[in-house]
Order: sequence, then structure tokens, then C-alpha cells
Amino acid sequence: MLNLTNIELTINGKKILHDLNLEVRKGEIHSILGANGTGKSTLSSVIMGLNGYQVKGGQILLDGEDITNLPIHERAKRGITLGWQEPARFEGLTVGEYLKISKKFSGDGFLSPRECLLKVGLAPELYISRAVDGTLSGGERKRIELASVLAMKPKLAILDEPDSGIDSLSIDHIVDVIKTFSRTGSAVLLITHHEEVATIADRASSLCDGTVVKTGEPAAVAKFFRNHCEECPHVNQPAEEVIHNG
Amino acid sequence: MVDYSKEFEAIAKAYGASGGNPNDLFDKKTASLVVSHHKILFQNSIPGVNISGEEIENGVKAKIVVKPGKMVKDPVHLCFGVIPAEGVQEIVSEFEIGEGAKVNFIAHCSFPNAIKLRHIMDSKIRVGRNAEMNYAETHYHGKDGGIEVLPVTKAVVEEGGKLRSEFKLIKGAVGKLDLDYEGTLEKDAVCEFDTKVYGKGDDKVLVKESLFLNGENSRGLAKSRIVATDRCVSEVIGEAVGNAPNARGHVDCVEIIKGKEARVSAVPKLLVVDDRAKLTHEAAIGSVDKKQVETLMARGLDEDEAVDVVVKGMLR
Repeated sequence: MLNLTNIELTINGKKILHDLNLEVRKGEIHSILGANGTGKSTLSSVIMGLNGYQVKGGQILLDGEDITNLPIHERAKRGITLGWQEPARFEGLTVGEYLKISKKFSGDGFLSPRECLLKVGLAPELYISRAVDGTLSGGERKRIELASVLAMKPKLAILDEPDSGIDSLSIDHIVDVIKTFSRTGSAVLLITHHEEVATIADRASSLCDGTVVKTGEPAAVAKFFRNHCEECPHVNQPAEEVIHNG
Repeated sequence: MVDYSKEFEAIAKAYGASGGNPNDLFDKKTASLVVSHHKILFQNSIPGVNISGEEIENGVKAKIVVKPGKMVKDPVHLCFGVIPAEGVQEIVSEFEIGEGAKVNFIAHCSFPNAIKLRHIMDSKIRVGRNAEMNYAETHYHGKDGGIEVLPVTKAVVEEGGKLRSEFKLIKGAVGKLDLDYEGTLEKDAVCEFDTKVYGKGDDKVLVKESLFLNGENSRGLAKSRIVATDRCVSEVIGEAVGNAPNARGHVDCVEIIKGKEARVSAVPKLLVVDDRAKLTHEAAIGSVDKKQVETLMARGLDEDEAVDVVVKGMLR
């Protein structure tokens, strides 16, 4: 479904992603594991086509169509969307209105905004009229972001650390939500630091220094990550610094 | 006898266009004042809310008194409009909200045909001890920018009182707006000013919101949300003076610029006189937040649609 081939991304003269190859299959949950600064969030920005993340080389195909140079909204219209790690806040826009924007693309017959809120563990009557602004806690905002992505019924949901900033008691619930995407036919590209979350995937890839170093069965990739990345000099260093330092 | 029926109709239509319900305007159960140019078309007092209007040379002088302890159930409706394209309308108003009373005002100002028009609002407000006044004013202008809007408010909020005032001018051309709101707060008083303006064409927008936190534990917020497009020039001055122990004031300004020829500026003026007072300010001026736009684009909106959603939300 989604194929990234030989992706190269350079920002301010520094190579951030290079020789990156990745395949996300239809309907699968695909985890991305990697230490801080290895390019996980950058990868999600590249796939979504965010400003400043236009690739220098390589190709992105969605169902065989080249979307490498398409703007964000054209990629969204083709079924790709992104749940941000730190979602934006909107003054004056209610949760209901925010979800309805996504709902336009899934159409009738799919989950309503209220049902999407229920899926992420929020009571619709308490949230539907609230503004998506600073009055929401970080955890509430992240759940609303998941509901918004869910409401779109995307072909591919890129979820950038949906489990960060969520209390440990709620992690199981977030895992359920991620599985809901899969049940409703969406593929998920799941970026996470939690190994137990990563292993719910059908497949996983490990990222190091801006490239995919291993893809396979999640437990095996998690083991590879544990064995190699803890000793790796790239851990906790932004990839660009690693590259810069030689 | 002068037949005002056509004027009634025109004002009611303009009131409807500005978001109000024309039926509320002439409802005898609610307190209201309806002014067309310098004529009072309708005024209605109810028990506990006395409205006395008087026609003056270029407008109307009105005194609105809410009796102490009166909890006014339905909003008081105020409607000021000018149907002709030219002229001057001056509204001199005085609000007296008695001790412990609570009242909401909904004001609409409609100038659908303005080409060379001045609308002057000169208001004095006194919110009594532990009283609460909420005032929401919405403007509706035509597409021509030939109007000057000059609202000046001097408010005193007595001990434990609350005043919330919203000014909204987002429909039609602004023309020239020179808004000057000032709140003086006594002990435990609360005052919030919230101004929302959508400037287009050659509009000039000047907003000044001032808070004088004179009473212990007083709380003030001067908030403004301005969008400047085309060649619009906007300047916001948010002022707070902390004169008393534990007084807290905050100036919050967001101005969005769209277009190469528009200009926006923000000037916060904070003065702490009492060393136990605390004042803060935040200002974000410039283009629409990139992350907000990209988030909405990732839901399938194109860039213009996304900006529109952000702007409309902010000005709501």
C-alpha cells in the first residue's frame, strides 16, 4: 500500500534521512522503534508532506501512485493522515466541529464524532462542545487527536507517539484504540517508545541514524532494538548531530 | 405623526443580519432600547431594569439602571443602527448596576449602507458591589469601509463586582475603528475586555484596553484577537497597572496577518506600582500558526480552508 524507496531528506545542509526503505501493507499495524533523534517523527512528517520535509531523493508511492510531491491535503484526500505527538490547539473550535472536519472524508455509515470519542474513552456529553484549546489537558488533547484521526477512516493513520504523556493506567486503552484502527480497515504506522505497545503490531521496523536497519516480526525487532540500540552511539543524540560530528 | 414603520423594518432586518433575533427586540417582556440614527424607535423597561433614553442632536443619551439585588433573567437588548449612508450617530450611555444585581446585555450595532458615517459610543459603567454585568456588542457593517467607529468606555467595578465586555466586529468592512476601553477595579473586582476584529481592504484598527487594578485581589484580563488582511493596519495597546496587593492582570493579544500589505503591531504596557501585584502579557502576532494549518490540511482541507477555520474559531 505505502512504499518508501531510497528516501533522502536534508535539512539545513544536514542529512536527516538517507537510504530509507519502508513498506506499510494494507490494514497492518506497523511499529517504528528507534531511540530519540533517529528520525521517527521526521519520517512521519515526510510521509504526510509537511512543510520543510520535502524529500531530496527517493519516492513515496501510495497504492502505486507517486505522491512524493503532493501537498498535505492531497495526501489526506488519498487517505493518509497524521496524529501529532503534540497536537495543535484551536481557539474557538469545538471538539465536535474538529471531528466533523475529519468525518467529511469517512462519510455516512462510519463512526459518528460521538462514537469516536467513546472509542478513545471520552464521554461525548462532556467533550463535544468544549473548545480544542488550552483548557484541555495534554492527555485529553491526545485522545481527541486519536478520535479525529479515527473519524477520517484513513487508509493509513500515522500515529506519532500516541502513548506519550498518557498515564500508565490508560495505556491499555490506547492500545485498544490502535487496534480499532486496524479493525476498521486502516493501516497504522505506529511510532512509539513503549516496547509493549510496539509489539501489538503485525510488523515492526527499527530506525537508526535516519534509516531503517531492520524490519520484521515485532518481538524480533524489539529484541534487535534492545540488543543493538542501547550500546549504539546514536542513542539520545539527534541524528543530525551524529552526522555533523562525523 | 411620523411613520417609523419602514425604519422599524430596516433596523429589524439589519439586526437580524448582525446575528440578533428581531423578535427579541420589540418583546415587552425584556428590557430593550432600539435606536435608529438619532431617533428612539422603541424603549422598554421591566421591573428592576429602568431604561430612559433621550434624543439629542446627533444621537441618543441613555441611562440604564438595574436595581440592587435584581437578577435579570433575560438579556437586555440594545440596538443601535443607521440606515442612511451618511451622518453621525452619537450614543452617550450610562450603566448603573446596583449592588448584588446580575444582568446580561446583548448589543447590536448595524450600519449596512455606511459610506460616510461616524458612530460614537461614549459609555460610563458602574458595576456595584458584588454585582455582575456581561456585555456583548456585535457590529454589522456593509461592504464599504466608509465608517468610523469610536467606542469609548470608562468602567468602574466596585468591590467583588464582575464585568465582562466583548466587542466583535467581524462582519463587513471595519472602516476606521478606534476603540478605547478602560476598567478601574476595586477590591476583589474582576474585569475582562475581549475584542475581536476582522480587518479587510483599507481598514484601520486601533484597540486600546486598559486595566487599573486599584483594589486588593482584583483581577483583570485585556484580550484581543485581530485578523488583518489586504492593506489593513492594526495596532493593539494592552495596558495594565497593578496598584494593589495581590492584584493580577493579564494582557493577551493575538493578531494574524494575511497579505503582504497588511500591518499589525502590539504594544503591551505593564506598570507595577505595588510590589505585591503581578502582571503578565502574551502576544502572538504574524501569520497563522503553521501547525494548526497543517493539522487541518492533514484532515483534507486545503490551505485556504484551513486558515479560514483557524481565523473563524479565533474570532468567534
